[in-house]
Amino acid sequence: MAEKMLDVKGLSISFGGLKAVNDFDISIEKEQLYGLIGPNGAGKTTVFNLLTGVYKPTAGKIILDGEDITGKSIIEINKDGVARTFQNIRLFKELTVIENVKVGLHNHHHYSVVEGILHVGKYKKMENEMTEKAMELLKVFDLDKEAQYKASNLPYGKQRKLEIARALATDPKLLLLDEPAAGMNPNETAELMDTIRFVRDKFHMTILLIEHDMKLVSGICEKLTVLNFGQVLAQGGTAEVLNNPQVITAYLGQ
Amino acid sequence: MTNMTAKLKNINKTTKNNAVTYGIVIAAYVIVQLLIFSGNLSSLMKGLLVPLCTYAILAVSLNLVVGILGELSLGHAGFMCVGAFASAFFSKCMKDVITLVPLRFFLALVIGAAVAALFGILIGIPVLRLKGDYLAIVTLAFGEIIKNLVNVLYIGKDSNGFHFSMKDSMSLKLEPDGMIIVNGPQGITGTPNDSNFTISILLLLLTLFIIIRLVHSRDGRAIMAIRDNRIAAESVGINITKYKLMAFTISAALAGVAGVLYAHNLSTLTANTNNFGYNMSIMILVFVVLGGIGSLRGSMIAAVILTLLPELLRELADYRMLIYAIVLIVMMIFNWSPKSIQWREKNLAALKNKMKKGAQ
Repeated sequence: MAEKMLDVKGLSISFGGLKAVNDFDISIEKEQLYGLIGPNGAGKTTVFNLLTGVYKPTAGKIILDGEDITGKSIIEINKDGVARTFQNIRLFKELTVIENVKVGLHNHHHYSVVEGILHVGKYKKMENEMTEKAMELLKVFDLDKEAQYKASNLPYGKQRKLEIARALATDPKLLLLDEPAAGMNPNETAELMDTIRFVRDKFHMTILLIEHDMKLVSGICEKLTVLNFGQVLAQGGTAEVLNNPQVITAYLGQ
Repeated sequence: MTNMTAKLKNINKTTKNNAVTYGIVIAAYVIVQLLIFSGNLSSLMKGLLVPLCTYAILAVSLNLVVGILGELSLGHAGFMCVGAFASAFFSKCMKDVITLVPLRFFLALVIGAAVAALFGILIGIPVLRLKGDYLAIVTLAFGEIIKNLVNVLYIGKDSNGFHFSMKDSMSLKLEPDGMIIVNGPQGITGTPNDSNFTISILLLLLTLFIIIRLVHSRDGRAIMAIRDNRIAAESVGINITKYKLMAFTISAALAGVAGVLYAHNLSTLTANTNNFGYNMSIMILVFVVLGGIGSLRGSMIAAVILTLLPELLRELADYRMLIYAIVLIVMMIFNWSPKSIQWREKNLAALKNKMKKGAQ
C-alpha cells in the first residue's frame, strides 16, 4: 500500500447545535488526486477550513504525512505543508502578479526589515532568488508575460491559476483546491484539468479538490468522497462512487 | 551619453515614480533656497517652512497605516505629541551638557522616534489583534489621553535629581537651585531651536525613503497582502499581528520624528487641541485621504497645499475658510472621481506622446 499523505479520523465540528461536519474520515495517498463532492451546504468548505486550521475541530484527528496537525494555527499548518485556494478568488488585488507569488514565498526567503530598507546583507540574494522562483512558477501556469500586471487586471481564468501558483509557492505537501472550475467555460475547464494533472506530476503534489463540475471530477479524480449533511455518504474509486444509487439520488438527481 | 539614456529606459515604472517623488522634494528645497537668497520670501513664509515639512512627514507616515496597511488610525497627533515632549525634555536637560547642536538634535531625534515607537507597540499589541474599527476608536482615545496627560504633568530637576508630580509645580518641592522642565499646561519652555529647514527636508526625504523601500521589500509585500486580503495572507503563512504591528510602529516612530521637528522649532511647547489633539489627527487624515490613499507623493503635496492655503488667504479674512472648503472638495473630486481619473490618464498619455515626438 502506498504511503498516506493525509489521514483524517472522526473529524467533527458543530456551530451551536448544528453539526456542520460529523465524524468525517478521509485517507489520501501520496500524489493522489482526490475529489470531495456533495450538494450545496453539505460542509465541503467547512472540511477545508478544518484542515487548514481556520476552525478548530470539536472532535477528531488530522494526521498530515505522519504528523498530528489537529488544532494548530493557520500559519503553523501552512508551514507544515497544507496550502489552499478559495471558492471566491482571494488574490492580493493591488499587488502585481509576481508580487502575489512572492508573498507565497514569504516564509522560505528571509531577510530583516533593516536589510530590506537599506538594501544590504541578504536582500539582493534573497530578492533575486524569489524573483527567479516566482517566474519559474508563473511560467508553469503560463502567466510569465503578465508578471507585472496588477492581479485584479487578469482575466478570470488566469486569476484562478494565479491563486494555485501562489499556494504552490508556499511549498506544500497537500494542495486543497476549492471549486477551481467555478465560473469557467468548458474550454477553460478542460485547460484547468490539464493544469491540475500537470501540477500533480511536476511537483509530485497530493491534491484534494472540491468541485461541482462532474466532467472535471470524473476526468481527473482517482478517488472520491461524497459529503451530505456533514456526513460521508460514499467513498471509493471515482467510477464506483458516481454509480452508487444513493449518491445519484442525493446529489446528481434521479 | 547613449549609454545613459539606454540605462534610464531600463529603469522600470515604479523606480521612475519614486525618483519623481524625491525629485519634487529636492526641487522644492532648491526653489525655496533661491527665494531666500534673493530675498523674495516673507518672514511669514520662512516661519512656515519647518511646519510644512513636519506636516508632510506626518501625512506620509500616516499613509503607511491608512494606505499601505489599510487600518484607520485617528491618533497620529498623539504619537507626534509623545515624540515632541520626549525630545524637548531631553534637549532642555542637555542644553548645557551637550553643546554640539547636531549631536544634541540627532540624539533628540532618536529619543523622540524611540519613545513614539514604544507607544506604538504598547497600543498596537492589544488593539491590532482586533478586527474592524477598534483601532480607530482606541487611537482616537489615545491621542486625547496623551494630550490631557501632558497638560497635568510637572517635572522638575534640582541637585537631588528629578521631581515628578501630577498636581502642580509647587508640589514638586524643588530646592532653590531647581528648574521646572515640564510645567503642566505651560508645557516646556526654552527648548533650543535646533531644527531648521535643511534638516527638515532631509528628514522628509528619509521618511519617504524608509516607506518606499519598505513597500518594495518582503515585509512591505506582507503588509499590503494583509490589506488586500487578510484571509488569503494568513493562508500562505503571513503572521498578521506581526506585520500590522510593524507597520503601525514604524508609522508611530516617524510621527515621533515629526514631533521632534515641531518641538525644536518653537521655544514654547504646549499641548492643545490644535497641535496635538483630535483636530490635528483629523487634519493629517485629511491630507492622506485628499492626497490619495496609498500615494505618498499625493499626501505630501496635500499636506503642503492645505497648510499653506489658510496662511496665503489670510487677507481675505472671513472668506478664507470658504475657499479652503471649496479647495477640499475640488481636490477630492480631482483625486477620487472616476471621470476625473479617466480624464487625467487620457491627457497625461497624450502629453507624454507629445513630449516623445518633441524629443525625436
